[in-house]
Amino acid sequence: MAAPACNATRDDRVRDTGPLTSAERRLTALLQASIDGDRHAYRRFLDELARHLRIRLRKHLRQQDADVEDLVQEVLIAVHKGLDTFRPDVPLTAWISAIVRYKLADHFRMNARRNELFEPLDEDEASASASVTAVSSLDALDARRDLDRLLATLPPRQRESIVQTRLWGRSVAETAASTGLSESAVKVGVHRGLKTLAAKIRRKAHED
Amino acid sequence: MKTDLLIAMLADGPRAPSRAAVGRRLGGGVMFGVAAALLLLVFVVPGGIPTKALVARLSMPMFWAKLALPASMTVAALAVVSRLSQPGVPTERAWKMLCVPIALVWLAALATLADAPASLRAALVLGHTWQTCLTHIVLLSVPGLAALLTAVRGLAPTRPALAGAATGLLAGAIGALAYSLRCPEMEPPFWATWYLLGMAVPALAGALLGPRWIRW
Repeated sequence: MAAPACNATRDDRVRDTGPLTSAERRLTALLQASIDGDRHAYRRFLDELARHLRIRLRKHLRQQDADVEDLVQEVLIAVHKGLDTFRPDVPLTAWISAIVRYKLADHFRMNARRNELFEPLDEDEASASASVTAVSSLDALDARRDLDRLLATLPPRQRESIVQTRLWGRSVAETAASTGLSESAVKVGVHRGLKTLAAKIRRKAHED
Repeated sequence: MKTDLLIAMLADGPRAPSRAAVGRRLGGGVMFGVAAALLLLVFVVPGGIPTKALVARLSMPMFWAKLALPASMTVAALAVVSRLSQPGVPTERAWKMLCVPIALVWLAALATLADAPASLRAALVLGHTWQTCLTHIVLLSVPGLAALLTAVRGLAPTRPALAGAATGLLAGAIGALAYSLRCPEMEPPFWATWYLLGMAVPALAGALLGPRWIRW
């Protein structure tokens, strides 16, 4: 509490000092504004949060950046879904940290499960690595098939929106033009479709 | 790159955050649980609510003491569940509050047992209805458990097993509250044993279901 920069008026529970508190204060203000309906502030909040999360998660995961980015997105979605559960009397960092811990634990559990499936291969290293490649290309085929099957279960609008924007890399505007839907309908379709897919994949992962 | 897209999507997407969401969801779950438990009690449990006996009991202080156990546990467990459903909110005090009624009923039970002659103690604990009491409390808590787990899943519980256990305890307290309208037992040692065991079963079920059911 001796830090001269510390002029936070409320919550002494936040003991971070210096730039972190000012970042937190800014983020909290942005979040308050977005909860009050300011979409612009919400976007800036998510942008900044993503940057913080990336830095933080890199420390936890010394693996590929793809994992970090996946997790950043998971947390962003969780924050978005959990917006109703943010309480002004709880420090923003405490709220975010709890969500990050939850998603990290989830991630590690999933990884452990995946590794269990792929570890016991061959003693011999050469053939082991060969079968790893074989397994992973088979895996890719499998994944492709799974994806097609999952996509087929979606309503056509959502399926088209996802296939065009996510698999073919088209922009929302292009997709809207080619499908005759409005741009917002494409966005909503992608959002809802991905949500449904995520739920299905999750269920499937549980069954396996 | 893709994260930017996601952010744009989230920021533009339809969203109506509301401060009342937590209270509304959990309150709805509790109401449903209570209503369903009462309906089960009236229409499914053999004998239903014995109206005449119940009216006669309304003037007994012991009846109200018995009602107070599950009622206070419902309130305290609701506080725990609500705090566990919001990330980063401390729960310690709420857990302690939940322990108060349990400690009180145990003290009352021990005092009653200490006062009674040794030959009567087993009868005080077992009463006449321990088997039906246990099964009925569990039965009456089932709809509440389902409704409340669904409600909690819509919030943001970051400790799913714990949140599941607390939700189960809340459902159990609701089941016990409904059952206490029918229960003829008037001795604290009975409540301290069978009411609490009856609530422990859905709590255990919630702890086991939590990690699977309330992932979000």
